[in-house]
Order: sequence, then structure tokens, then C-alpha cells
Amino acid sequence: MTKAALLVLADGRFPAGGHAHSGGAEAAVRAGRITGAADLADFCRGRLHTAGLVAAALAGAAALGCDPVELDAAADARTPSPALRLAARKLGRQLVRAARATWPTPELDALARGFPKGAHQPVVLGLTARAAGLGPEEAAYCAAYESVSGPATATVRLLSLDPFDATAVLARLAPELDQVVERAVAAARRAALDGPGALPACSAPLLEIAAEAHAAWPVRLFAS
Amino acid sequence: MHLDHSHPATPAVSADAHRPDGARRAIRIGLGGPVGSGKTATVAALCRALRDELSLAVVTNDIYTREDAEFLLREAVLPPERITAVETGACPHTAIRDDISANLEAVEDLEDAVGPLDLILLESGGDNLTATFSKGLVDAQVFVIDVAGGDDIPRKGGPGVTTADLLVVNKTDLAPYVGSDLARMAADAKAARGELPVVLQSLRGEAGVADVADWVRARLAAWTARA
Ligand SMILES: Nc1nc2c(ncn2[C@@H]2O[C@H](COP(=O)(O)OP(=O)(O)OP(=O)(O)O)[C@@H](O)[C@H]2O)c(=O)[nH]1
Ligand SMILES: [Mg+2]
Repeated sequence: MTKAALLVLADGRFPAGGHAHSGGAEAAVRAGRITGAADLADFCRGRLHTAGLVAAALAGAAALGCDPVELDAAADARTPSPALRLAARKLGRQLVRAARATWPTPELDALARGFPKGAHQPVVLGLTARAAGLGPEEAAYCAAYESVSGPATATVRLLSLDPFDATAVLARLAPELDQVVERAVAAARRAALDGPGALPACSAPLLEIAAEAHAAWPVRLFAS
Repeated sequence: MHLDHSHPATPAVSADAHRPDGARRAIRIGLGGPVGSGKTATVAALCRALRDELSLAVVTNDIYTREDAEFLLREAVLPPERITAVETGACPHTAIRDDISANLEAVEDLEDAVGPLDLILLESGGDNLTATFSKGLVDAQVFVIDVAGGDDIPRKGGPGVTTADLLVVNKTDLAPYVGSDLARMAADAKAARGELPVVLQSLRGEAGVADVADWVRARLAAWTARA
């Protein structure tokens, strides 16, 4: 295993489609819930401890070798909004393509065949980490970090927010990221023994509701 | 349920010339260039010129609307199932160059849904003079500028102007009204591009898109002969 693979996978420029998604930030900006760096920090904290934790646990479980088909069903069950399910599958499909080009394995090929329209992105992320020789903790770090870095980058574009302020928000969240990853990996290990029912299921209702509204806007900058 | 690890037809990763079933895929031609230079109008004219002889489809990369796709749908240049809009997160140049995954999905889905196809045209929403298509996405690219954007653009160059497989200088009909010197634009383009071809066109004129359509036919013939 090489730790540096984590840097490649977690790099915001990893070409897996994330740049077109705001992680709910576009809807929150329009609704007036994000107006600056302080609100962005609140938004990211909320997302980290809900959708971020679930994604990190799913990614950790996939990296441990849990059945991706079962994990994908578990992700569906934890994603009430059809728009968010669709976005997660689109991103999963894009990620599996990038992953197969970067760290080719029979397991990723099987995933691409089994889910021609994409599996949930965190599940793919966990299998990608596995293919890159990384463990559940690294997979969970990637998922948890993406859950906040996506909205932060998008807000820089949406509000012309000072990019230094947005990056500082992410830096301040680092200790909480550590905690979320710890919880996620513990849950992933339980899921490996007892099945995906052991994975956390904490949703953020406002993210789900706003995602449905956002998907119906005729004009938007981001796909989700 | 578990995943099957034995099945042969695995989806393509990138620019492979063949589809998973072994058939040759369509040639992919990208059209980029500054805002409003006439990319969508050129795509529409190409569809009208080629749709009776070729099986073709279009992917648009809009900045924040579906306007290019909707224009093509409204004009009915192709049946709706042959036109797909990719959402780019306000960054067409990222979606056509740095992270091409959404566009690759779009071209593959089009081949699955309405294929076999001979030609897929990919339009990038008007971006800037440095926006070029990745070679992992397209087989050839056209850069469209116009006479109204200033007649010193060919002289200033930039990767689109200097390296595109075809440079189109559009809206020549407007040259007298905007004071653009066509001869100078052609000479500057030649100097910047060496042997690479340049077409001066007006879609309002009689010849319209004919030269570009001929260029596309030649590229397709070369692609078919090779793959
Ligand atoms: N006079 C003249 N107008 C043209 C010509 N080609 C296109 N136009 C007009 O120029 C305008 C912009 O054309 P589009 O095809 O939408 O330009 P575009 O490059 O697709 O624009 P974006 O996608 O917004 O970057 C439209 O009003 C066209 O009708 C031409 O050859 N002559
Ligand atoms: Mg256009």
C-alpha cells in the first residue's frame, strides 16, 4: 500500500465529474442559507455529520470488501431524494471510469458491468480506494472530505467568496473530519460482520428537499 | 446478490476506437470558440447538410442553461433523442478538457440509444480563447471565431486558434459593417497555423456551411479507413 495514492484520489482535480456538482450549496445559496464564510462553515458542518458520515461509512465498508450490490441498496435506502440518488449514481459512473483507467482491477470492471448506469458514488469510492491499495480509513477520509470540499469550492464560484476564506472553513473542520471518519470506520467494520444494517442512516432533510427543488430549476450552474 | 466477475463486454474507459461489442464507434468532432461566434449555428447547419447521408448526434456543453440544446431541438435539426445536454458546473472548458467523464458518458449513451452512429458533434459552450478539447474525448476539433469579435484574434493566437484541426472564421457577411479586414485575418491565421486548414464562412451566404461539411466528410472517411 502507498499512502500517496490517497493524495491522487482525494485531489479535487481527480477527473471524476465532481466539478459540476455543488453538494447542495447552489440551492442553499439561492435560499439565503449560505451568504458568506460563516454560513458556509455551518452548512459544511451539517453536511459532514449527516450525508458525509453516511458516505464515509459506505466507502469504508466497500473498501473492506463488503458486497457492493448490498451497499448500493443500503445507499439507496439512505437517500430519500430521487434527484440525489440520480446524482450519486451519475457521479459513481464517472468515478468508476476514472478509477478503471487509474487503478485497473477485475473488481472495478465487474462493478462497471454490474451497474452500467452507475452505483452510488461512495460505494464506488470505497472500491476505488481498495483498488489503489488503500484501506477503509483512507476511503472514509476521501468521502468525508469530499462532502465538504465540494460545497466549499462551489460557493467560491456562486458567491465569488474569497477562496482563502473557503479554504479556512475546510481547515477549521479538520478535527471534526477526524471524528466523523473514526465513527464511519467503526460502523463499516460492524457492517462487514453484521451486514449493511449497521451503517449509519442520518439524513439531512433540508438537503434532500432542496435537492428536489434544485433539480427542477430551469437555469442552474451546477447539476446538483 | 453479487457481481458477476466473468462476463466479457466491459464498458469502454476512454477514447478506444471500438465499442465493447467490437464495432467501430462514431468519429467525435468538437466545436469550441468564444461566446456567440456561431458554434450552435454551425452545428445546426452541419446537421441539416449531413443528416440524410450520415447517422449523427450532438452533445452540447452549456454554461448554465440548456439553451444550445434547446435551440437545436426547436430548430428540429435532428430528432430529440439524438441531442444530449451535459451540465458543466459553469465550466465548459473543464468538462471538455480536464474532466471529460460526463461527455464520455453522453457519447456512449447516444451510441447505445440511437446507434450505430457515424458522427457525433460536441459543442462547448462559448468559453475563452484557451479552451480546447481533450484528445481523450474528440478525434478532431474545430475552433470557431467570428469577424465581429475583432480581426486581430488570429494574430493573437492561443491554443484554439493555433492548434485546432480546423479554424473557422465565421460571419464574413458582417465584415464590412464591423470594419474587419478579411484578407488580414486569413493571412494572420495562415501564419499562426502553418499547414492547418482555415475556412472563412458566412452562414447567411449561399455556400453556408459547405466547406466545413466537406472537411467533416474527409475526416470521417479517414477515420473509417483507419479504424
Ligand atoms: N450575420 C451572421 N450571423 C451569424 C452567423 N452565424 C451565426 N450567426 C448569429 O450569431 C448569433 C450567435 O450564434 P450561435 O450559433 O448561437 O453562437 P455560439 O457560438 O453557439 O454561442 P454560445 O454557445 O453562446 O457561445 C446568432 O444570432 C446567430 O444567428 C453568420 O455567419 N452571419
Ligand atoms: Mg452555442
